[in-house]
Amino acid sequence: MKQPAVSIRDLSVTFAGKRNGEMVPVLHDVSAEVMEGEFVCVVGPSGCGKSTLLNIVAGFVPATTGDVLVEGVPVTRPDPRRIFVFQENGVFPWLTVRENISFGLRGKTNQERAELVRRYVEMVGLTGFEEMYPRELSGGMRQRVEIARALAADPDIIYMDEPFGALDFLTRLKMRTDLIRIWQTERKTILFVTHDIEEAVQLADRIFVMTQRPATIQKIVDVDLPRPRNLDSPDYLRTRDEIFQLMGMSLRVGESAVP
Amino acid sequence: MKVLSSPMLGNQTNSAPIDVSPQPVIAASARKSAPWLRNPDSRLWKIVRPVGMVALFLTAWGLAVRLSHSALFPTPGNVVRGIAELIEKGLLLKYIIASLFRVSWGFTLAVVIGVPLGLVLGWYSRAFQAFNPLIQIFRPISPIAWIPVAILWFGVSDAAPIFLIFLASVFPITVSAIAAVQNMQLVYLRAAQNFGLSTGELFRQVIFRACLPQIITGIRIALGVAWLVVVAAEMIAVNSGLGYLIIDARNAGKRYDLVVAGMVMIGLIGLILDLLVRQLEKFDEVRWGYSR
Repeated sequence: MKQPAVSIRDLSVTFAGKRNGEMVPVLHDVSAEVMEGEFVCVVGPSGCGKSTLLNIVAGFVPATTGDVLVEGVPVTRPDPRRIFVFQENGVFPWLTVRENISFGLRGKTNQERAELVRRYVEMVGLTGFEEMYPRELSGGMRQRVEIARALAADPDIIYMDEPFGALDFLTRLKMRTDLIRIWQTERKTILFVTHDIEEAVQLADRIFVMTQRPATIQKIVDVDLPRPRNLDSPDYLRTRDEIFQLMGMSLRVGESAVP
Repeated sequence: MKVLSSPMLGNQTNSAPIDVSPQPVIAASARKSAPWLRNPDSRLWKIVRPVGMVALFLTAWGLAVRLSHSALFPTPGNVVRGIAELIEKGLLLKYIIASLFRVSWGFTLAVVIGVPLGLVLGWYSRAFQAFNPLIQIFRPISPIAWIPVAILWFGVSDAAPIFLIFLASVFPITVSAIAAVQNMQLVYLRAAQNFGLSTGELFRQVIFRACLPQIITGIRIALGVAWLVVVAAEMIAVNSGLGYLIIDARNAGKRYDLVVAGMVMIGLIGLILDLLVRQLEKFDEVRWGYSR
């Protein structure tokens, strides 16, 4: 039996609103576990607080009540053993691809660093672009740099906050395929936030489906589909439709889902 | 693995389409007669416009002086002869070096103190609370107003204008560095925290680098102000430099040709200084910060 990598326990968050004294509840009693080596996606409606959840789990934002344990230890701040991949522009624009990927390798010798950069540049398909600056790359390539930077630091867990959200459709599909290939090689635990249900079903072992704000997990869906996933298999479509329905959406455009 | 969207893998084999249609005779001959003049964005026009404007200005100036029969105000020709006279006497180079020397010291001091101070105040909000009112009160006081104080403290020496130039440039530099840190993208900060940087590493590797484009803009503004102030300071606090040249030429014999010669040199050197600082914006490490 695998150990839980991340345990979220009775997590609630309330933010101070714009008007004085107003309190806005964002997350309400979220509890869940992510197992070691597991790929978990969090889906929910836009603005429901799923990014807030990830920011708390990563240690960037404190919880109001409840806590997050990683390997049994409460999270109080970000840690290099758990690297966060941002939606966009997370790479440093003043560093080249090579320097960005080396950023998390400060303890290593030059030789080790060069070897790791070579390995991960190749893994994300950026060989030949090492000396370029992010502004010279496309959005998809910049996300590849960020994923390589995260992997090179050799974390136990990778948190991804809609990492492909700003990319075009075809690039997104390609990035998903590559991410799964990388995950199968590297065997990291991945917690991946997205508003794209299809993306979640294509990627995840399990999916946490969130409600509207104040958000909680309304259901955890097991995606028991073999990889590589066939996007028109009945099982894939059934899982996808189940989540669409959980989120109160109809698949037929123009039809009201709320009775 | 293939990269989907690569700027390097574009189609390099585009060739110009071959035009086989017969050219109309009239159009061809018209093109031959004036290809530069007909295109308003040609390189010729890009040079002709500013040069023409300067020539027009100089002509109008010369005419105005002649028509008004001014005994003192020089024509452009007088000014050129004035500059030649200053070169002959060896004064021009001496004064330019004196002015640049003072600006270099005052300005370097302002950068060395202003940039770190701005980064620290931008980062530590409690320090900012404490220092900000003081900065905002000192900032609007013109460096010219400090001239009597500078003479009191430093006497008639190089230290007085250097102090004034420092005062003039340290505020724009500090304020731009503070604003840069305060407006820094949260994502850079979080990425840095995530990789476990120490405070020193955070400042050197992330905060400073992220703020550098805006700091350079502040430095450009500050250098412009510093050059304005050195001239004013030299009129009162010292006995050399371009500012001294102007005031001395007027006092010792109403040599307005030399006054204007000094002004022209100030303008040209100011232009050159700005062009030099602009080169800083072209480095790869900061180019991302200037969106075009």
